[in-house]
Amino acid sequence: MSAHADTHDHDEHHHHKETFVTKYIFSQDHKMIAKQYLITGTIMGVIGIVMSLMFRMQIAWPEEPNVIFEALLGKWAPDGVMDADIYLALVTIHGTIMVFFVLTAGLSGTFSNLLIPLQIGARDMASGFLNMVSYWLFFLSSVVMVISLFVSAGPAAAGWTIYPPLSALPLAQGGSGAGMTLWLVSMAIFIASSLLGSLNYIVTVLNLRTKGMSMTRLPLTIWAFFITAVIGVISFPVLLSAALLLIMDRSFGTSFFLSDIFIQGEVLHYQGGSPVLFEHLFWFLGHPEVYIVLLPALGITSEIIATNSRKPIFGYRAMVASILAIAFLSTIVWGHHMFISGMNPFLGSVFTFTTLLIAIPSAVKAFNYITTLWKGNLQLNPAMLFSIGLVSTFITGGLTGIILGDSALDINVHDTYFVVAHFHLVMGISALYGMFAGIYHWFPKMFGRMLNKNLGYIHFWVTAVCAYGVFFPMHFIGMAGLPRRYYTNSNFPLFDDTADTNVIITVFALVGGVFQLVFLWNFFYSMFYGKKTVQNPWRSNTLEWTAPIKHIHGNWEGEIPHVHRWPYDYSKPGHDDDFVPQHIPMKEGEEELHH
Amino acid sequence: MTALLSIIVLVFIAIAIWQLIKIFDLAQAANSSSDENSEVANDKDNKTQGRLMLAFLAFIYIITIVCFIKLGDLPLMSNSASEHGPTIDNLMIISMVIIFIVQTITQFLLHYFAYKYKGEKGKKALYYADNDKLEFIWTIIPVIVLAGLIISGLFAWTDIMDVSDEEDPLVVELYAQQFNWKARYGGEDNTLGMANVRLIDIDRANILGVDESDPNAQDDVITTELHLPVGRPVLFKMRSQDVLHSAYMPHFRAQMNCVPGMITQFGFTPTVTTAEMRQNPDIIDKVANINKIRVRNSEKLVAKGEDALERYEFDYLLLCNKICGKSHYNMQMKIIVETQEEYDAWMKEQKVFAKSLVAN
Repeated sequence: MSAHADTHDHDEHHHHKETFVTKYIFSQDHKMIAKQYLITGTIMGVIGIVMSLMFRMQIAWPEEPNVIFEALLGKWAPDGVMDADIYLALVTIHGTIMVFFVLTAGLSGTFSNLLIPLQIGARDMASGFLNMVSYWLFFLSSVVMVISLFVSAGPAAAGWTIYPPLSALPLAQGGSGAGMTLWLVSMAIFIASSLLGSLNYIVTVLNLRTKGMSMTRLPLTIWAFFITAVIGVISFPVLLSAALLLIMDRSFGTSFFLSDIFIQGEVLHYQGGSPVLFEHLFWFLGHPEVYIVLLPALGITSEIIATNSRKPIFGYRAMVASILAIAFLSTIVWGHHMFISGMNPFLGSVFTFTTLLIAIPSAVKAFNYITTLWKGNLQLNPAMLFSIGLVSTFITGGLTGIILGDSALDINVHDTYFVVAHFHLVMGISALYGMFAGIYHWFPKMFGRMLNKNLGYIHFWVTAVCAYGVFFPMHFIGMAGLPRRYYTNSNFPLFDDTADTNVIITVFALVGGVFQLVFLWNFFYSMFYGKKTVQNPWRSNTLEWTAPIKHIHGNWEGEIPHVHRWPYDYSKPGHDDDFVPQHIPMKEGEEELHH
Repeated sequence: MTALLSIIVLVFIAIAIWQLIKIFDLAQAANSSSDENSEVANDKDNKTQGRLMLAFLAFIYIITIVCFIKLGDLPLMSNSASEHGPTIDNLMIISMVIIFIVQTITQFLLHYFAYKYKGEKGKKALYYADNDKLEFIWTIIPVIVLAGLIISGLFAWTDIMDVSDEEDPLVVELYAQQFNWKARYGGEDNTLGMANVRLIDIDRANILGVDESDPNAQDDVITTELHLPVGRPVLFKMRSQDVLHSAYMPHFRAQMNCVPGMITQFGFTPTVTTAEMRQNPDIIDKVANINKIRVRNSEKLVAKGEDALERYEFDYLLLCNKICGKSHYNMQMKIIVETQEEYDAWMKEQKVFAKSLVAN
């Protein structure tokens, strides 16, 4: 659709009849695609979380028989005792699913699709067809990833970072056979999906904004989704190339990443390659990926905190600038994952410098959120609680980044549980909170019904307590030197005094995991039986709430609303209501304050 | 035990769901009689949730304090056993103090504001969109703090990683394979012989692929324990024969990956012998505590008819810290730091490479 089509009555383009298949399955409507992403992401999320609960139980009660293992792992848990190979596979697939399938596709896929056209005032994505292809590629990659769990030699088990040679040699590990092949195939499809999605988001934001919607009037959600898509387009292709080169090494005898290997009694032919090269390629995506996960969550939070504080977001320009700064810096910090990889120590110095710089825009964001709350009229809806929770875990998790980003200190805590605690809080839990916040806030827009708020409150508080219960003590066992990805610590009496802490962590994880059922129940029940929503339940300024509750193709009947102001005119003096939606024209003499 | 636990958990899940459905139904019934926005927070909700925010702030503080008291006894933050160790430890403590201060203040502001400014019907928020001065302040403060951290961090890093300035270091090769470690010493000449995995000859017991024709290799010594003389700089040359491993020596604040196809290096000077460290009061406490735990666990094992656990005695360790396959969790080597005399005596007992080979 081209921009000038906006002014025409759009319905004439869509007179063809919708069948069940074109409406619910091969839909090209961004709102339906958003729902498809959300449901697929939720299912993958359940798989990922159940996996984490299983390996947490193994860590807490090592090598003890467990009926859950017996039921779910089958031959991988003879007599109910978890096998060491499947432990690593669970860790690997948990990471892969949560980072890519839930917090990239599930989060960006859902909310970029839902909100970009609705908040900028467009009929749909720039290319509905590509959007549909993007979702179905994601679906296909999810299916391949799930199928890889059932390979007889075991799923990929080299860690989600799949460093070769471990991931390249079936001789090194059962999971590096067919399981890894399927992992790579799945990821290649996933990347294609992600790129199609990102291109679509970028083009849509740049070309299809409604009249009056200048870039400086974009809601911060859109800024975040837009920049996220840009980072994705820059960095995902590099992972694709790494995956393809790894496939070449595995299947066609090349030596990009392999050299001088003696394994299982034989010398392999590989010569001249370097695993460090793979690490560079991987983290060139891997680190920006952190922000691909996090920025949309921060965007969602900005929007929800402003709306529910009934206040303008504090420092709109600084917020946009910090998103841009984070995006730029995120592409030049990947080496901080590799301080002790054997690369030149001088590079370590450079990456320490760039990495710690990221703390500055991050701090600006955190302070601006807090200032937005100040003297607000806070509506503590579940979405708002999750947003405040996000700021809390973002601070707690982010602060330890100044230790890990400092190469000298990283020597000692690298790959310990300290790292696990750090990244789970700062990107895992924070992004998950962002996703939950988004779901609670835009559920009415997606399904025309409200989520039950009391269940939302229960969900938030139990999750919040458990998240800290799991990850806060984890810093300390990390500083005690406990390495991550150990099947059991019982071979190290040195770590015997961390065993109790590990049990506590697992109990918190189990409780937190089980209480996600409250959310799932609320989600699926409310979809069909929840209370019907009103037009603008949160009294929000953004354009999506002007679109009819019942979804129509093309989003608005008649003309798309024009935009006359920025999206954060909450509690503006001179107005009776405490919100002034973007499509309301300026009163005479009224000034747009933020310019 | 675990089976029972799992069943209990499942039962709890069932009960929880059942209860929640009831709450849900009740809530639905109550809703139908109230106004149409009943799923949006009202003043009562704001009040309750605001108080809970304050309670949550208390929870964060309490969990912080409990963790520091119960788990804060960190052998990794004190009692380092290498010359550069205290540099890292001090930097770590400074960073921790900064984190602690910032965390305490920001979490307070966040949760206190969430409580203080909880919504009330009819109240209007302050329209406050921008303040360049404030923005400048909280940009410049992190800049100053980070500049300090970056500079001190970079000095420490450069100092630790620069191995060229050590005079006459003891050269030791750390050799990693799935799933064990070997150490190779240069022998009398302190020079390692050339090696490549292509030269591995299992039949001749040349398991490290040392070049048999290299004169420097003849007096090399290969061991399964790492002995280091106290006070002498050690330069480690690391190799791996199969996949990535990481040589992690937490007590010495040392870690470096072992990468197939290349030689990586790390150097440090051990400053405390194993015997001295065992006399360190902190370590005595830690060991006593661990042994108490082991006695407790042994009782359970004996009751099941299994062997009791051995008593733990402190030793320095080299651990693998890069996922390397099935037995990654048990890839370790004992490190013994001793006096020069003890070291020389131990070295004398070892077989040199030329003599360790098996004739064809």
